Amino acid sequence: MHNNRYTFLYAIGISVVTAIILVLTSENLKPLQEANVALDNKKNILKSVLVNSDDRETIESTYNSSVEELVVNSKGEVVEGIDIEDVDMKKEVAKAPEDRNLPLYIYTLEGGDKAYVIPLRGVGLWGPIWGYISLDNNFNTVKGAFFDHKGETPGLGAEIAEGPFQQQFQGKMMYNDAGEFVSVNVMKATQKSDIGEEHRVDAISGGTITSNGVDEMIANCVEPYLSYFEKLKAN
Amino acid sequence: MAEVAEKVKKEPLFSKKNLQVIKDPFDDNNPVTVQVLGICSALAVTVQLKPALIMSLGVIFVSAFSNLIVSGLRKSIPTRVRIIVQLIVVATLVTIVDQVLKAYMFDISKKLSVFVGLIITNCIIMGRLEAFALGQKPWPAFLDGIGNGIGYGIILVAVAFFRELLGSGSLFGMKVIPQWAYDHGYVNNGLMVLPPAALFLIGIYIWVQRSRNPKLVNVS
Repeated sequence: MHNNRYTFLYAIGISVVTAIILVLTSENLKPLQEANVALDNKKNILKSVLVNSDDRETIESTYNSSVEELVVNSKGEVVEGIDIEDVDMKKEVAKAPEDRNLPLYIYTLEGGDKAYVIPLRGVGLWGPIWGYISLDNNFNTVKGAFFDHKGETPGLGAEIAEGPFQQQFQGKMMYNDAGEFVSVNVMKATQKSDIGEEHRVDAISGGTITSNGVDEMIANCVEPYLSYFEKLKAN
Repeated sequence: MAEVAEKVKKEPLFSKKNLQVIKDPFDDNNPVTVQVLGICSALAVTVQLKPALIMSLGVIFVSAFSNLIVSGLRKSIPTRVRIIVQLIVVATLVTIVDQVLKAYMFDISKKLSVFVGLIITNCIIMGRLEAFALGQKPWPAFLDGIGNGIGYGIILVAVAFFRELLGSGSLFGMKVIPQWAYDHGYVNNGLMVLPPAALFLIGIYIWVQRSRNPKLVNVS
């Protein structure tokens, strides 16, 4: 039987040793991990404008050559002096729309047309969900959408991260004929509603809470951008 | 006593006894199907082969090295805090695996998400530390860790093989079931993608294993 002093010293000793090992590992791998996260974001932004690639170099070169980053606010002004990488979507969506910094990615297509990529963030059933939705240069038609999640149920809520669900968004409209913002709504195909076919996509059976989360996330995150888009339209 | 110690020292690295230590967990004493440990992650990460394989490698690494380290420290570990010491060793190794995956295999680490961290709570690892590593020399303990890791991995890969094949029609992400089968009405089995399918498959595995291996007939 070891005495108390030995036990305490042993516990402290092993904690210090393991802590040092972990600090060294983490510090050494950090640059690689951060590069991975940054690359993953770029990949997802490109996915939302229907550019799919898994190749690191293709993603970097496409992104660098055709994506422009800027931060706007809900008054439609471009906010200077904020690095887009420093904008934390989690914090932004918690603020009132008028106080938010709104990151916007502008993708230039080969023909010179532009697509506007809006980052989204919301809540699913078990945790956060996020994604990107891109609009054509009429600021109305959805070009593409990408969603991901932290821990939705596989086969149910997690389906939002799969192709078939995301493809439904292509070609949907944000505004109705009267020019009002109606967003793209995620709802049951059979649900009776005044919302037209061009403003709704089929929700996931068994993933209602996640589907509602996506629905709210799109409305909540897209709306503040509208005044900036109005300004662009006016020009 | 001196004689016995002498004998043990001369024991070759892969003596019959040591080989037995590594092979036992493959079948007769499989951690998942016989000891029924580590079922939770077997249900969760077996939808596709690739994450299952990476998860198995992670568990093999952690169980082998935690066994080795704990066995090396066994004489110095104060008995009263031994579980905490084991936990620290395991947690350190798991964190290293998690960090390395995030740095070098980002996509896989996203799929495995929390389950890498949960290797810490995998009963196989703590179980082997308590039952084997604390009372054995480092080398057999290391082999025991590898054996149990592989024993766990076999089940994971076997389950993932059937789940990916029947659930998604692919293996390692590549389509195996040809398009004409789908054109003629073949449909992927949606149940296979859900966790209960893993439970059924493990059940079938246990059934097949017990009916083939007479040693297991009376083991509960």
